Amino acid sequence: MPEAQRVLVAGEASGLVLALDEPLSFWGGFESETGTIIDQAHPQVGESLAGRVVTMAVGRGSSSASTVLAEAIRLGTGPAALIMREPDEIVNLGAIVADELYGITMPILIVDEAAFNAIAAADRASITPGGQVTLGTAPSLR
Amino acid sequence: MMLTLDSRDEAMLAGDHGDAVALAMRVITRVAASMQAEALLDIAGAHIDSCLYHGQAGLDFAQRLADDGATVVVPTTLNVSSLDLLHPELYRGDDNTRSQALALMEAYEQMGCKATWTCAPYQLEDRPAFGDHIAWAESNAIVFANAALGARPHRYGDFIDICCAITGRAPAAGLHLDAARRAEVVFDFSEVPDRLLELDVAYPLIGHHIGKLVGTRIPAMTGIPEATSEDRLKAIGSAGASAGSLAMFHVVGSTPEAPTLETALGGNKAEQHTVTAADLRVARDQLTTATTGERLGAVSLGTPHYSVAEFGRLVELLAGRPIHEGVGFYVNSGRDVVHEIALRGWEQRLVDAGVQIVTDTCTYITPVMADVYGVAMTDSGKWAYYAPGNLGLDVVFGSVEDCVESAIAGEVRRDDTVWADA
Repeated sequence: MPEAQRVLVAGEASGLVLALDEPLSFWGGFESETGTIIDQAHPQVGESLAGRVVTMAVGRGSSSASTVLAEAIRLGTGPAALIMREPDEIVNLGAIVADELYGITMPILIVDEAAFNAIAAADRASITPGGQVTLGTAPSLR
Repeated sequence: MMLTLDSRDEAMLAGDHGDAVALAMRVITRVAASMQAEALLDIAGAHIDSCLYHGQAGLDFAQRLADDGATVVVPTTLNVSSLDLLHPELYRGDDNTRSQALALMEAYEQMGCKATWTCAPYQLEDRPAFGDHIAWAESNAIVFANAALGARPHRYGDFIDICCAITGRAPAAGLHLDAARRAEVVFDFSEVPDRLLELDVAYPLIGHHIGKLVGTRIPAMTGIPEATSEDRLKAIGSAGASAGSLAMFHVVGSTPEAPTLETALGGNKAEQHTVTAADLRVARDQLTTATTGERLGAVSLGTPHYSVAEFGRLVELLAGRPIHEGVGFYVNSGRDVVHEIALRGWEQRLVDAGVQIVTDTCTYITPVMADVYGVAMTDSGKWAYYAPGNLGLDVVFGSVEDCVESAIAGEVRRDDTVWADA
C-alpha cells in the first residue's frame, strides 16, 4: 500500500484517479466554476478535476492559483486530493485556507516515485488522514 | 526538524492580538511546517496578489481579516486588481463581479495596504534593497525581486502575502535561505548570435524557453551581454514564471548574486544546456497561434506593467503616426508610471495616436478590451501565453517594433530578418 512521505494537508478522501501528464496552473489553466482544465496547451484540456484524486508531480504558474483552488474547494469542483512528488506552497495555500475558512479538507500528500507511479496508474484511490493510500479498480471497470 | 516559534509568534497564534492575527499566524505556521522551516523570520515589506478577484473565497478571507481590524505592520503594496479605477468606462464584465472586486480592493485598503495596483512594484520609487526578506506574491514580481534586486521573497501564493504583512513574519525557508538561491542548471547562450541578443524581443523568448525546462530548479545563464537592463530581466522572469515555475534566476555579469558563474552555482554541480537561435525560434512559434498577413484586431503591451523606459521607446516608434482604426491598442501600466509619463507629455501623445492606457489591472485578467475583430499581437511572453486561454484570441508574439508597424498597417507584420538563419 503506497504511503505518503509527508502529509502536507491531512484529511480523508477517495475518488477516481486523474493522472496529469503535465503540471497545471490552477489560475489560467483551470475553471473553478466547472472544475475543468481550460489551458489550451495542456494535453488534458477539457478534463474535469472535480472529485478526482489528482496526481501532479510539481506545481506551476501564477500566485493566484491559491485563490482559484480555494474557490474550487469551496464550490466542490476541486480535486478530492492531490498527490505530488514535491511540495508547492501555492497549491498548499489554497488547501490550507479552504480548510481554515470553510472546514473542507483537500488532502495533499508528497510521495516517492514508486508510490506516485502506482497511484497514477490506478483507477481509484482512497486516502487516510495519516497518509495511507489504498488503490483499487473503479466499480464501473470491474 | 521542528518549527520553533518565538514568544511573539506564540502570542499571535494564541490570539493575543485578535482573531485575524491568529488566523494569519495559523496559515503561516501551517505553510512553514509544510516547507520544513525551523523558524519564522522578520520581513521588510509585502506585496499582495490576493486583491485580484477570483471568487468568493478570496473575498471571504480578506473580509474576515479586515472586519476583525487587522492592519499591516510592514510597508505593503497592492498588485493589479480586477478593475481599472482610473478608466472605469473600460469595464465590460457583470455588475456583481464588479461590486465583489471593489469590495475586495476596499478590504485590502482598509488593512493599510498602499493603493499601488501594479504587478511591477519593483518600478515604484520605494523598493526592496539587496538582501531584504520580503513577502511578495505575483509570480513575475517574485522572480524579479529575487533575480534582479537580490531581495528575498519565497515563491508565495495568495493568502500568505497578507498573513505575512499583518504579522510581519514569514517562514525561514525556501528562497529566504542562501542555499536555495544557488543555480542548479546552466544555460549557455554563447551560440546565439549577438545581433539577436541585442534585441528586446529575445528576452521573453529566453524566459519562455528556460521556464519550460527548469521545473522548480534555479537556472544560471551565461553568454548574455553584461548589464542586462531591468526591462529585459523583467521579460525573462515573467515569461519563465508563466511557462514554468521560475522564481529565481542568475544572469552571469548582470544579476547581483552572479558576478561569476562560480558564485551563482555556490559549489552546486549543474546540468548544462546550450541554447541556440533555433530554440528561441521554437519559443516564438509556441507563443504564436496566428500568421503574418492576418487582419489585426488588437495589440496589448505592458504585461507586466510597462516601465517609463518602455513607454519612451513606444512614443519614439509611433513617431506621431496614428494607429489603424480597426485596431484596439492597449498598454497596461501602473498608475505611478502613468503619472510620470503624463508629466513628460507622453501620455497625451499616445492618446492622440489612438493608444488606450490601462491602469490598476491588465487586459488579460479582466474584460476591458473592446470586441476584437482579428488576431491580437503582443511583445509580452506572459500575455502571449495566457491570452488564447483567457480571452479566446489568436495571438502573434512579436517585437514592440512589429506590434507598432502592424498596428499602423492594420495587419500582422513581423520583421523576420533576424530569424532568417535560426
